[in-house]
Amino acid sequence: MLKNLCKKAFAKSIWVYHCNTGACNGCDIEILNILTPFYDVERFGIKLVASPRHADAMLISGAVTRPTLPLVKRAYDAIPDPKLVFAIGSCATGGGAWFDTYNVTGGADKVIPVNYYIPGCPPRPESILYGVALALGLVEKEVAPVELKQMEFPIDMYERNEAWEKRNVIYELVK
Amino acid sequence: MWLTSKIKQVLMVMKPGVVTLNYPEQPAPAPKNFRGAPVWDHHKCIGCGGCSDHCPSRCILTRDVCQELRVMLYDGSRCTYCGRCADICPEDAITMSNSFQMACENKEDITTRLELFMMTCQRCGRCYEMENTNSIDRIDLKGFRYDNLEQRAMIRKTTENFSLEVLAETEHYERPSK
Repeated sequence: MLKNLCKKAFAKSIWVYHCNTGACNGCDIEILNILTPFYDVERFGIKLVASPRHADAMLISGAVTRPTLPLVKRAYDAIPDPKLVFAIGSCATGGGAWFDTYNVTGGADKVIPVNYYIPGCPPRPESILYGVALALGLVEKEVAPVELKQMEFPIDMYERNEAWEKRNVIYELVK
Repeated sequence: MWLTSKIKQVLMVMKPGVVTLNYPEQPAPAPKNFRGAPVWDHHKCIGCGGCSDHCPSRCILTRDVCQELRVMLYDGSRCTYCGRCADICPEDAITMSNSFQMACENKEDITTRLELFMMTCQRCGRCYEMENTNSIDRIDLKGFRYDNLEQRAMIRKTTENFSLEVLAETEHYERPSK
C-alpha cells in the first residue's frame, strides 16, 4: 500500500534533505557517496537539497541525541506533505550501541514516524540505493523475519525412564 | 583557443567512459571479506549465550522460557555488524553472510528467533554450571545439549574438584535449626 502511495505521491524526482542527528559521519560519507558519478543517484532524479522546505524525503543518520531532538522535529515539520523518512544506519534504525544511553533517544522512529529502515554500520552505498529503489518500487523486498527451531524433539517422554536407568549405570561405572 | 580546450575536455571525458554502476537492475555482490547480516545455524548452536555476552550493542538476547527451552533473539535493527558473535562462537554456528540488501519498512523483518532445547544440570537445575565464578572461565563453557551423549554421561560431574563423597554428605544437608 505504501509502495502504491509512493508511486502516486512521488511520481517525479524526489529531493532529499540530509539530517545528521549526531552520527559519527560514517553514514554521512556513504550518503554523499551515492551522489558521486559511480553510484549516481540522480538517475532516479534524486537530488540533495539544503533546506527541508524544498525536500520530499528526509535522510536521518545517527541516533537522535538530546540536543538535536527539537531540531529534528522542527526539520520534519518543515517538510511539506507528503513526506518520506529514511533511517540510515544502525544508529537511526535502532539506536546502535547507544540505544539505552542517557542522552540518546535511541532511534529515529521514537521521535518521528520512519517509513524505511536501512541498517548497516555504515550501510554500503548499494544498500542505501537499494532502500531508495525499494521506496520507488523498482525492487522487491528481500528480508523477512527468520524463525529457527530444532526439529527433533529431544525430551523423549516415553523413553525417559529408560534414559534415567542408563544414566545411572554410567554413574556406577564412574564410581 | 576555446574550441581546442573543449575538444580536449571531450577527449578527457571519453577516455574513462561510463563508470556508473547499473545497480538496482544488475546485482552488485559485496566483496568476500564484507560482513553482512549474521546467519545462525540452529543445528550447530549449543545455546551457550557467548554471542549475547559479547555483542557490543546487546542486540542478541537470551531468554529462558522454561527449564528446557531457550530462546535466542537477534534484533538486527541495532546490530553494528562487527562480527564478534561469529568470532566468539565455539561451534561456528554464526557466520557473517554477504547480504547487505536489508532495507525494510518494518523493524521486525530483520530479526531472527532461535528456539533451542536445553538440558539442565542435575545438581543445580540450571542450564550451565555456574560454579566457576571467574567470568573469563565462563567464556570457555559449553552448554549441555540434550542429544550429546558424551556430555550426558558427564553432566553430573560439573567441576574438576567434584567428589562423590562431598556430594553424598551434603546432598541432604539442611540448615541447622534453633
